[in-house]
Amino acid sequence: MSELKEKILQLLKEDARYSADLLATMLGVPAEAVKAAITEMEEDHTILKYTTVVNHAKLDEDKVTALIEVQITPERGRGFDAIAERIYMFPEVASVYLMSGGYDLLVEIEGHSLREVANFVSSKLSTLDSVLNTKTHFILKKYKQDGVIFENHEGDHRMMISP
Amino acid sequence: MLEQTGLEIKPKRTSMSDYINGKVRQIPPSGIRRFFDLVSSGSKDVISLGVGEPDFVTPWHVREASVYALEKGMTAYTPNAGLPELRELIAEYLLSRFNLRYEPANQIIVTVGGSEAIDLALRALIEPGDEVLIPEPCFVSYSPLAYLAGGVPVGIETKAEDEFKLTAASLEAAITPRSKVLLISYPSNPTGAIMTEEDMRPIAELVEKHDLIVISDEIYAELTYGGKHVSFAAMPGMKDRTILASGFSKAFAMTGWRLGYLCAHPELAKAMLKIHQYAIMCASTMAQAAAIEALREGLPEVERMVESYNQRRRLMVTGFRQIGLDIHEPKGAFYAFPSIKSTGLTSEEFAERLFAEAKVAAVPGNVFGLGGEGHLRCSYATSVSQLNEALERIGRFVEKLRNG
Repeated sequence: MSELKEKILQLLKEDARYSADLLATMLGVPAEAVKAAITEMEEDHTILKYTTVVNHAKLDEDKVTALIEVQITPERGRGFDAIAERIYMFPEVASVYLMSGGYDLLVEIEGHSLREVANFVSSKLSTLDSVLNTKTHFILKKYKQDGVIFENHEGDHRMMISP
Repeated sequence: MLEQTGLEIKPKRTSMSDYINGKVRQIPPSGIRRFFDLVSSGSKDVISLGVGEPDFVTPWHVREASVYALEKGMTAYTPNAGLPELRELIAEYLLSRFNLRYEPANQIIVTVGGSEAIDLALRALIEPGDEVLIPEPCFVSYSPLAYLAGGVPVGIETKAEDEFKLTAASLEAAITPRSKVLLISYPSNPTGAIMTEEDMRPIAELVEKHDLIVISDEIYAELTYGGKHVSFAAMPGMKDRTILASGFSKAFAMTGWRLGYLCAHPELAKAMLKIHQYAIMCASTMAQAAAIEALREGLPEVERMVESYNQRRRLMVTGFRQIGLDIHEPKGAFYAFPSIKSTGLTSEEFAERLFAEAKVAAVPGNVFGLGGEGHLRCSYATSVSQLNEALERIGRFVEKLRNG
């Protein structure tokens, strides 16, 4: 990947709202070059989506997230991919990772209540033929996600004016 | 009023200020101080471009190393010159980064910030009446420190059209038989100016010719954009003539730790160490532990920070040009130093009105000495969103000045 693209991605990961013009100024390159690089990355799916990191604890809503360890028997010819797909297509599933170690898939489920998540696991996940067993871990509190600290206590302690 | 006391005639002191050393009485408080008081009085919704320090917090691994040192009970004094391990690392760092070779055992002293290093150097060198040549605009401490050390500070004006570099012609014009020290600082606070090897060559020749000694404050050495910093001490023949003052504040975002160092010829280092050992004893032990970690593992972090400053620097320079204020390209440190002369206001008027009418705090250029009038020091060590907002406010303010 070109150095320009890498730098653009770095900045967009900081703030996806940076405009192409601002990025161009900050990187010292023509705006057209930035726009072309972004379009290219959108088209080849290097950039999948621009989204927002939300601190759900601030919202007046019930939200429960669980991480499920899933052990499966891989399918002949298609390995883990087919079963992974069957799982990640459920809208309740926020993320799916193939893991090394004691289990195969790590599945993140979001729901409105413990019961809802538990129901999903017992009725949709565990019942899949290739799923051997599951272990559900509910997330109690999020401190940091994707590099973002949820309650950063650091603040700016600098004086307004200093030599 | 005089009073007879035995054989001496002693002036009677009538107010507390009579007890104060005359020199201390004479130096004015820093011009920044006045502005600080003004800005601190009412500061809601103000964006400050007046901060002379990084907006990064010290990298966590560095803080963590210091916490660990505290937990291990590292709370005693260190040797006067600093922890041997730290001095070794400073020597390695200077060699690999700037091609400077110093002996950790007798050429490096760890100080309480770069400021102490400057003070030690001046106090060790100056005899009463010695002239200290100081290119200005510059950091606000140089002149008062030179004066307190008994010297006569001689400002040399540098100009925007020279990108605020020190020129041989202006240096030579300022040299007299009493000139002893040249105190330079590049990359420069407040101008962002740098000096390339080529720029320094004629300066080095004059230093040699007039038998000057150089104090080179290179605290911003890591923060250059486009070209790598060349230390004045690395110029041919200049190493023994140069006292290098530097530190961790700017490069590693460690301002509050107060940790710096100086490097010099062993004879000079010995002299400065004498003052340091009596006045200070040693720099803070836990800060030294942090600095060890910073030098061992912190350099990639420095690179990331420099890249980020550079992005904001471009934003700032482009912003001022769009507003229509003249600005030379700052190639180091984290300050933009635009000219506000076209508005017809003085630096102080501009800064005060900008604060009152547009809620942006920046430091008027005149507080940095000769050549600073007509300019404004704007630190870009603040977030991109704040910079954008500040530029918008400055733009509206300048527009209003032009139309009004």
